[in-house]
Amino acid sequence: MVKKIDYNRRPMPKQEPFERIKNFDEVALGYTEQLAVEEASRCLGCKKPLCMDGCPVAIDIPGFVSAIVERDFAAGIRKIKATNALPAVCGRVCPQEEQCEKTCVLGKKGEPVAIGRLERFLADWEASSGTIERPDVAAPTGKKVAIVGSGPAGVTVANDLALLGHEITIFEALHDAGGVLTYGIPEFRLPKAIVRREVEYVKSLGVKLHLDHVVGKTKTIDKLMETFDAVFVAAGAGLPWFLEIPGENLNGVYSANEYLTRCNLMKGFRFPEYDTPIKRPSRVVVFGGGNVAMDSARTALRLGADEVHIVYRRSRQELPARLEEVENAEEEGVIFDFLTLPVQLIGNEHGWLTDLECLRMELGEPDDSGRRRPVPIKGSEFKMKADAAVCSIGNSPNPLIPMTTPGLEVGRKGNIVADEETGKTSREGVWAGGDVVTGAATVISAMGAGRKAAKSIHEYLVNQKT
Amino acid sequence: MYAVVERQMIVPNLHEFTVEAPEVAESVQAGNFVIVRPDEMGERMPLSVADWDPEAGTVTSIFMQVGGSTAKLARLKPGDTIPTYVGPLGKETKIENFGTVLCVGGCYGIGSLYPIARALKAAGNTVHTLLEARSSFLLYWQDRFEKVSDSVIELTRDGTAGYKGHISRLGEILTLEKIKPDLIIVNGCTFLMMKASKVTEPMAVKTIVNMNPIMIDGTGMCGVCRLTVDGNVKFACVDGPDFDGHEIDWEEFLKRRQTYNPEEVHPLRKSGCVSHF
Ligand SMILES: Cc1cc2nc3c(=O)[nH]c(=O)nc-3n(C[C@H](O)[C@H](O)[C@H](O)COP(=O)(O)OP(=O)(O)OC[C@H]3O[C@@H](n4cnc5c(N)ncnc54)[C@H](O)[C@@H]3O)c2cc1C
Ligand SMILES: Cc1cc2nc3c(=O)[nH]c(=O)nc-3n(C[C@H](O)[C@H](O)[C@H](O)COP(=O)(O)OP(=O)(O)OC[C@H]3O[C@@H](n4cnc5c(N)ncnc54)[C@H](O)[C@@H]3O)c2cc1C
Ligand code: SF4
Ligand code: SF4
Ligand code: FES
Repeated sequence: MVKKIDYNRRPMPKQEPFERIKNFDEVALGYTEQLAVEEASRCLGCKKPLCMDGCPVAIDIPGFVSAIVERDFAAGIRKIKATNALPAVCGRVCPQEEQCEKTCVLGKKGEPVAIGRLERFLADWEASSGTIERPDVAAPTGKKVAIVGSGPAGVTVANDLALLGHEITIFEALHDAGGVLTYGIPEFRLPKAIVRREVEYVKSLGVKLHLDHVVGKTKTIDKLMETFDAVFVAAGAGLPWFLEIPGENLNGVYSANEYLTRCNLMKGFRFPEYDTPIKRPSRVVVFGGGNVAMDSARTALRLGADEVHIVYRRSRQELPARLEEVENAEEEGVIFDFLTLPVQLIGNEHGWLTDLECLRMELGEPDDSGRRRPVPIKGSEFKMKADAAVCSIGNSPNPLIPMTTPGLEVGRKGNIVADEETGKTSREGVWAGGDVVTGAATVISAMGAGRKAAKSIHEYLVNQKT
Repeated sequence: MYAVVERQMIVPNLHEFTVEAPEVAESVQAGNFVIVRPDEMGERMPLSVADWDPEAGTVTSIFMQVGGSTAKLARLKPGDTIPTYVGPLGKETKIENFGTVLCVGGCYGIGSLYPIARALKAAGNTVHTLLEARSSFLLYWQDRFEKVSDSVIELTRDGTAGYKGHISRLGEILTLEKIKPDLIIVNGCTFLMMKASKVTEPMAVKTIVNMNPIMIDGTGMCGVCRLTVDGNVKFACVDGPDFDGHEIDWEEFLKRRQTYNPEEVHPLRKSGCVSHF
């Protein structure tokens, strides 16, 4: 009997827009068991599952999806965890429409299987079941590895190497672990309890977490090498870019990192219960079109802004953010000003932002990225009112580590140069991966890089003479 | 968790604050700062280092009680713990043999100036120290400076110790004391550093100031600490905090520092008398 193909995916239950812009709780509520099984049943169980080609860590997608159909959730989560240590995170934040779901065959004629949502369903099921399966940890090898940074890349390497019996210490500059997952991505998209759960899990494998330690300042890489057999640098891309236009140091102008850190890491949205203040302006303008811009804009709404604009120099089609987040932002009432370029920020006599001057753009010839290049329309200047502006136009790696590590090769944009297959840097015994190598990218690509580096570090350690 | 070894008010409103932080004590240098959080709900607050003891693994700062967070610090007792103490952050003050150096300190900057004077002396400089305060009872650590300076000069607004008046008298004081500095280093409140830079500009003596903008992470991640130096945007926490006082856009700096003044009043209003002590 031929199975009738169901081209329509099950929608994800969500908080209503008018409700959710008043709180910081998670927007998407997750599939119920019933919805998950229905959605999973749409999968054709392809012999050559194209979806897997789209996943950077090649999760056995048909395998875990069919386990859901059979309601054997424990088997399903085991299949995912064989290659992905952070399913609750990836199921929520992967740009699935660009990865696994992009290549799913059902996508050719209808909607692809909601792979990310199903992955999230299993991870949440496991967490609520109360029993997290833990693989066996190999006998201690006596080798010590230092990891710089507790974001997804660092946590992945810690996980993989701890399971192989190595002694791992993560050094983290901030007072809380998780990297961008903790300080950048807001609570309403990725609850911090989930990040904490994943970090606790890795700690339960014996990984030591050393917070408040800025490598390059507290100790240099060279100093760490005196006590550790290998170092993995996963320091992310934490240096915020500004537009470099007049008025950028006015009060009320933020980097997205500052804005989101005040809110997420420092819990500014609960000021004065927490001590770190955050402004609650009524007209907020966000520059950029990626996930960071969506997060900043939606944070501003939740802090009580009356009007929030996203000013982006290209058109809707080119927005690099996850589609789901663009749709969420639209539903919540964020106003998109496409083909618009800010050229100047204007303040009052007290140094506070009041207006911005922008130019209209049109799309010209395609550039290196294949996207049509935006070009300014002459004489199209216009003003917009704003009492806060958030720059979400990108980040590059922080120079602290390259500056203090002689012999570590660095690329033009300040990124650490590392071999794509192994993560090896120009320094013997030092590996690097994640955003610090690629520049701002994605959670899953940082994890993929971590996985490869862990393999290479392990080979190095077992072949090392003692 | 980091153990508080000492927290003592040494002159009205200024506290000496020593914390056990062996890793910081091992690598800290004059001009660095640390970031502390007084409790789990506290903000990250930068404090310059005023002394350290690598053997004992302790680091000392002098802080002034100005708002909610420093009030929380002022309530700590030896044996208490704080959740965050990270450092050393920022570039250290450049130390070499400059010849004659005038070190100017006021407020908490008297504390952070001390290791600078000490290092300069050790590097072979002639070191003169000028300590500034509203009144004699707000001066401290003169004995320490005596040991690392060729002279210690006092300047008080009310004239109860040393010269009477403001840092605006600097030129005159230098003439009277017959000091011809090759370099001036100023640590203290923004006002002192700005005024000092304005007076030394016509003298054409290079003047280094230790800037104190609002900060969060202290590692170059958030950009809130940015300031304009010689027309370029710099992050004080990684490019500084030491800068050339003649190159700073002071007007912009002062405005940026007041960003959260309305909010910072709140914890003071909400806390009753009891919690201030
Ligand atoms: C607001 C925002 C939203 C995003 N949304 C998405 C999304 O929806 N989907 C997606 O796939 N990706 C998203 N990303 C990108 C993704 O979060 C990153 O690509 C990913 O976190 C990179 O992981 P990493 O481990 O390389 O670095 P990070 O997560 O940046 O972690 C680096 C860690 O190293 C620490 N560190 C830095 N320097 C030092 C030092 N010297 N010593 C000690 N520790 C140090 C940092 O404090 C940090 O904790 C988003 C990013 C942001 C900022
Ligand atoms: C590099 C650096 C070194 C410093 N060293 C010392 C020191 O050795 N001793 C000392 O007493 N103070 C020092 N400060 C200033 C100290 O950090 C602030 O006084 C403190 O954060 C104020 O907190 P509060 O809640 O008590 O006061 P608030 O009520 O928050 O503010 C009082 C004043 O401090 C300013 N301020 C508020 N938050 C910050 C912040 N996070 N960073 C800087 N300024 C802020 C405000 O603009 C306001 O003018 C330093 C600041 C910097 C940047
Ligand atoms: S990890 Fe990301 S890309 Fe891979 S299957 Fe899960 S959601 Fe898709
Ligand atoms: S490509 Fe789509 S339908 Fe085929 S196995 Fe993968 S998820 Fe299922
Ligand atoms: S304090 Fe955040 S960049 Fe300097």
